[in-house]
Amino acid sequence: MNDMAIKVENLGKQYRIGGQQARYKTLRDTIADGFKSPFRRMSRLVHGEAYAGADLHESIWALKDVSFEVRQGEVLGIIGRNGAGKTTLLKVLSRITEPTEGAADVWGRVGSLLEVGVGFHPELTGRENVYLNGAILGMRKAEIDRKYDEIVIFAGVKRFIDTPMKHYSSGMQVRLAFAIAAYLEPEVLLIDEVLAVGDIGFQRKCFNKMDEVAYGGRTVIFVSHNMEAVRSLCSRGIWLEDGRITYEGDISSAIKMYLESYSSMEAKVNIAEEDHVVDSGLLRINKVFILDSEGRVTSRIHYREDFSVGMELEMLGKVESARIGLGVNTPGGQRISTAHHTDAGVAALSGSSGKYRATASFKNRLMPGLYIISVGAHEGLSGKGLDYVPGAVDLSVLGSSKEGEGPDPANQGLVEMSIDWTEVEKL
Amino acid sequence: MENSEENIESRQEAGPGGGEVAAAEVPVTRIRPTRGWASLKLRDIWAYRELLYFLTWRDIKVRYKQTVIGAAWAILQPLIGMLIFTIFFGGLLNVPSDDIPYPLFAYSGMVIWAFFANGVTFASNSLVVEANTIKKVYFPRMVVPMSSILSGFVDFVLAFILLIGMMVYYGIAPTVQVLWLPLFLLLAVITTLGIGLWLSALNVMYRDVRYAVPFLVQAWLLATPVAYPSSLIEGAWKVVYGINPMAGVVEGFRWSLLGVETRPGPMIAVSAGVAILLLLSGAFYFRRTERIFADVV
Repeated sequence: MNDMAIKVENLGKQYRIGGQQARYKTLRDTIADGFKSPFRRMSRLVHGEAYAGADLHESIWALKDVSFEVRQGEVLGIIGRNGAGKTTLLKVLSRITEPTEGAADVWGRVGSLLEVGVGFHPELTGRENVYLNGAILGMRKAEIDRKYDEIVIFAGVKRFIDTPMKHYSSGMQVRLAFAIAAYLEPEVLLIDEVLAVGDIGFQRKCFNKMDEVAYGGRTVIFVSHNMEAVRSLCSRGIWLEDGRITYEGDISSAIKMYLESYSSMEAKVNIAEEDHVVDSGLLRINKVFILDSEGRVTSRIHYREDFSVGMELEMLGKVESARIGLGVNTPGGQRISTAHHTDAGVAALSGSSGKYRATASFKNRLMPGLYIISVGAHEGLSGKGLDYVPGAVDLSVLGSSKEGEGPDPANQGLVEMSIDWTEVEKL
Repeated sequence: MENSEENIESRQEAGPGGGEVAAAEVPVTRIRPTRGWASLKLRDIWAYRELLYFLTWRDIKVRYKQTVIGAAWAILQPLIGMLIFTIFFGGLLNVPSDDIPYPLFAYSGMVIWAFFANGVTFASNSLVVEANTIKKVYFPRMVVPMSSILSGFVDFVLAFILLIGMMVYYGIAPTVQVLWLPLFLLLAVITTLGIGLWLSALNVMYRDVRYAVPFLVQAWLLATPVAYPSSLIEGAWKVVYGINPMAGVVEGFRWSLLGVETRPGPMIAVSAGVAILLLLSGAFYFRRTERIFADVV
């Protein structure tokens, strides 16, 4: 039995953007180009190539390797930072723009709400705009006739419905716009952050209406920055980062992971007193920070970007052969790997006072996701714990490398080990 | 390869009351990247005919709201053109007018010319004007230049009424040839739409197209038999002249309505052929470039 509503496979969307000129051009080159380029442009034009007019040399992948499925009746939330590709995804699914690669299939009529009040004209009356906007959204005239009264009442603009919209307050316009959108009844609904409209009272009304829609058996993809709305309306969530799916699963986990990626905005973390689970008073790690490949303090690292973890510590008493260590954990608390500064032969630390800095350089083999770094120190000979701070700093490994490439979606896991395959031999 | 096709799939769904199975027809949209030429997808446009109606209605309403001489402009434009031609071409230069009074000759040409000129001018910038809507909603984009051309029909009808008035004044009655009138109107629409589609698509990528249009239209007017009859052109040159599709449209329009001597012949045939070619090529070019409109407009 096929109850699929949306099926997306390896969807990718590339955009051209303006970039810097590659090389210094000689005057001769520039003049020659000046003669050649109108012809080149004309030929590109006749071939119907896009971007013929603009000098857009670079390109970015707004979406890459996006694959997911949505069953009938499911409400899927898509969250992520600005520029992550959420709106682009909706645009591709709405057929507003074409994908560069991949495929998407949608079962059912699609209604997309990327903006309310699309097509509103200030010279027309509210009534006329209801019909115009409704038609633009894909409603038949008969359908609009049927729902007209409800729409006007929902928006609360009955008295002004026959006045030109340019006389409406912005609040009225937005309420009418949303009212029309709320009565759109396709099988599949794609909504892009349009809940943040009007005053609190109206927002609540909109929210309830959305709730009705969500539980009415319709398939919905909901993009929003309002985590409360997303959490209560959606059952599953996708966290999109730099055009790729960083996480897909139940909505609470998706939200948690997304929010936690923000948590260490203060990337250089001063460790609070109470965070020292083991505190001997002899050695204390005061600060932990993550540096990216360019030495900048951050909490977000690109996939396959080498990084380092720095620690500032202070010796407060007599310490003999201390080994400073750190551990990389999953958010669930599972230890992925542990390392101590003496592993490669660096001398253990001894002393009785002074401030120190330790730096651990990582060859980044972590798969995209959220990780938690714990730090600590113990005495090498006796094993006595000197300091331990679990969850000292968060590390977010982004979905793509600095060059824009991501891991092979088929290779799931926490880390990429260094694995060499021998040839496949026939026996 | 198609960008998106709407197919109807039969999906088995469990009906109420256990055991009953009802098949529901569900439209499937398949979204794929397109390469090369895309089909015209006329069925898609037909499915959105109501939107075409609403956009046309909106264009018409907006054009006349809050204007004092709104409707009068529809008549003034061809009228003033006719006056200028009458004074200089008809009067000063004594241009012949196929045995009908020159003002009527010029005005009838201007009426149908105005439909073309305005249609093409509005269509050329239509996609850019509609940019915000195009970026936010899906509908077949061809509907946009189509509506800007169709909204010119109201202007045409108003100017036409005055034309009838002039015919009464000069005592010229239509003959049975008037049955051909709808055909020439159709030819006018085909020509306007063909050029309109080309220009609107080009303008999205090269925004200076829109500025070239007024010059284009001006020059075109002189190359069209509005102020002078095509009978001035001899023999074989007439066929070459016919490559201007508006030549066939204007002459045919005049011939069918006013019964002038100039019978349609090879010239109009050539014009009609060129018009259809322009429409087909325009439509295919439009569809080919349509896929990047939302990204570039």
